[in-house]
Amino acid sequence: MTATPAPKEASKATRQRPGSDPTEDAQPIMRRVKTKLTSKWATAAAIIIAVVWSVPTFGLFVTSFRPAAKQVGPRSNGWWNAFVDWDFTFKNYVDVLTPAGSQSANLSQYFVNSIAIVIPVTIFVLVLASMAAYVFAWGKFKGRDALFIFVFALQIIPLQMALIPLLQFFTQTLQLPAGSYAQLWIAHTMFGLPLGIFLLHNFISEIPGEVIEAARVDGAGHSTIFWRIILPLSVPALASLAIFQFLWVWNDLLVALVFSGGTADVAPITQRLAEISGTRGARDYLNPAAAFVSIIIPLLVFFGLQRYFVRGLLSGGLKG
Amino acid sequence: MEFIGEKLLQVVIALAIFSAVIGLIMLLVDRAPKSVKDKVTVVGFLAPAAILMLVGLVYPAARTSMLAFTDASGNGNGLDNFVWMFTQPEALTTLRNTVIWTVLVPLLSTSFGLAYAVFIDKARGEKVLKSLVFMPMAISFVGAGIIWKLVYDYRGPGIEQTGVLNFFRDALGMDPKQFLLDAPENTIFLIIVMVWIQTGFAMVILSAAIKGVPVELIEAARLDGANAWQQFRNVTVPGIRGALVVVLTTITIATLKVFDIVRTMTAGNYDTSVVANEMYTQAFRAGEPGRGAALALVLFLMVLPIVVYNARVLRKQREIH
Repeated sequence: MTATPAPKEASKATRQRPGSDPTEDAQPIMRRVKTKLTSKWATAAAIIIAVVWSVPTFGLFVTSFRPAAKQVGPRSNGWWNAFVDWDFTFKNYVDVLTPAGSQSANLSQYFVNSIAIVIPVTIFVLVLASMAAYVFAWGKFKGRDALFIFVFALQIIPLQMALIPLLQFFTQTLQLPAGSYAQLWIAHTMFGLPLGIFLLHNFISEIPGEVIEAARVDGAGHSTIFWRIILPLSVPALASLAIFQFLWVWNDLLVALVFSGGTADVAPITQRLAEISGTRGARDYLNPAAAFVSIIIPLLVFFGLQRYFVRGLLSGGLKG
Repeated sequence: MEFIGEKLLQVVIALAIFSAVIGLIMLLVDRAPKSVKDKVTVVGFLAPAAILMLVGLVYPAARTSMLAFTDASGNGNGLDNFVWMFTQPEALTTLRNTVIWTVLVPLLSTSFGLAYAVFIDKARGEKVLKSLVFMPMAISFVGAGIIWKLVYDYRGPGIEQTGVLNFFRDALGMDPKQFLLDAPENTIFLIIVMVWIQTGFAMVILSAAIKGVPVELIEAARLDGANAWQQFRNVTVPGIRGALVVVLTTITIATLKVFDIVRTMTAGNYDTSVVANEMYTQAFRAGEPGRGAALALVLFLMVLPIVVYNARVLRKQREIH
C-alpha cells in the first residue's frame, strides 16, 4: 500500500478543523450535492459505455435471425428494422448446422471438432501444469527459482515464432499424420503450460506448509500428497485455469490454421468461420448465425463460471 | 451423426494414453528407493511439462532466430531480411501499425476499463453492468471480426445503410464511409475492436483492486474535503498501482501478438497489416520463411523489455517470501 499524499493531508485537516467552526454545517450539504452530481454524470457515462459495448453483439444476435433477403441484396436494410418489420426466422441456423452439399457451412462437424480439441487440451494442461507447479512450490532443488522465472518468461515467446519449427518437428521427426487432432492437442498443451504453471504456482505455494508436513509425517508419499491434498485444495485456481484454457483454445485461430489441415475431420469451428466469412458470396447471410453458434459455448462457460474466472486471475500478480 | 462416435473414440484413446503416462510417473515416484525419492519426484513431476516446453517453445524459438538469417531457399543471407523489413514501404507500414496498436490499445482499454470500474463501483446492478462489458472477452477474435464487420458495413451513397455507423452518418447528412478500406484511419477502426475486447479484462481486474483499497483511506480523504477526482487521483490510483501494471503489461503483450482480428477483417490489406499477421503471410503464404522468422524475432525483441521488467518484480516478490 502506497497511498502517499493522503495521510499527510489528513493530519493537516484535523488540525485545522477546530478553527473552522462556521462552515462545519454548510460543508456536508455542499459535499452531498457535489457527490450526487458527479455520480449522476458517472452513471450516465457508465450507461453509455455499457450500451456501446453491448450493441455490436446484440446487432449480430438480431441479424442472425433475419431472413436472407433482409440481410443482403436490394431489399436489405439494417438489423434495427427487424423490430419494425418483425420478420424473424430459424432457417439460417438450420442451414448453418446441417450438411447440404459441398458449399454448406456444415458447422456441426466443426463444432464437434472444437469440443474434441478443447477437452483433452484442458485436462492435459491442468494435470501437467499442477504437477510442475507443485514441484516449483514445494520441491527442493538447486536453481529452482531461476528455472521458475525462466518458465514465466516463456509466456512471451510469440506463437508465431514457434509454429514453423514445430510443424516441421511434428511432420518430419515425429511423423504425426497431417491433419490429426494429435498435432493440435500437443501444440495447444505446449503453449498453455507456461501460463498454467505460473497461475497455479501462485496458488499452490500459498497452501500452508503444516498441512503438507503433517501428511508427510503420516507417511504419505509425494504422489499421495499431490493427488489427495494439493489438487483438492487448489480447486478454485484449477477451475479458473480450466476456463482460461477452454476459452483460449476454443477461440484460437492461428494454431488451428497451421496444424489442423483445414478439413472437416479436424478443423475447429473458428477456422471454418474464418473461411466462410472470408469469402464474399451468395451465402453471406449465414455468417451471423455461424458466428453466434461459435460464441454460444464460450458465452455459456463464461457466464456460468465467471466467479472463478475473476478469482483465478486475481491469485496471480496482483499482490505485488 | 456417425462422425461423433469416431471423434469421441479418438478423444477417449488420447485420454487413456495420457492417464497411463501419468500413472506410470506416479508409480515410479512411489517405488523409488528412499535415498533418491525426492530427486525422482522433482524429475518425474517436472519432466513432462519441461520436455513439452523445450520442444514446443525453447527449441522453436532458437530455430526461428536462426531462420531469420536465411533466404527463401534456406541459405544464409546475413541481415537481408532485416534490411527488407526496415526499408520496404509495406514492411515499414506494418511496423508503424504495430507501434500504433501497442500504444493505443493498452492505453484506451485501461482508461475505459478503469473509468467504468470506478463509475459502477457499488452501483445498483453492478454485476449485470460488469458482464455486459466483460462479455467480449469470451468471444473469439474471429467472432468479433464478424460482429464488427456488421457495425462497419458499407453501402454506396443513396442506398439504405445496413451498418450502424454509416446509418448514423447518413442520419447526420454525411456520406457513408468505407471504414475498413480508407487508410490510414482503418487501422484505428481495427484497434477499436481490440479495445472493445480488452476493456472488459481491464475493468474486472481493476474493479477487484479498487474494492481492495481500504475504505478508511478514502473516507479520510473525503473528510479533508477532497473531491471525487482528488480522491481518485491521490488515494485510489496509488492503491491499485500493482493491478494497473499487471493489466497494462498483459494487454500490451496480447496486442503485440494480435493476429486474428487483422486476419479476419482485412487480411492485412489496405495498409492494415501488423507484425504478427505479416509474419504469417510471409512464412505460410508468400513462401518466405526467413522473412517471417525475422518478423517473429522483432516481435520477440519488442516484448522482451516487458518480460524483463516483470521477471524482476517477480524475483523481488520471491525474495520477500
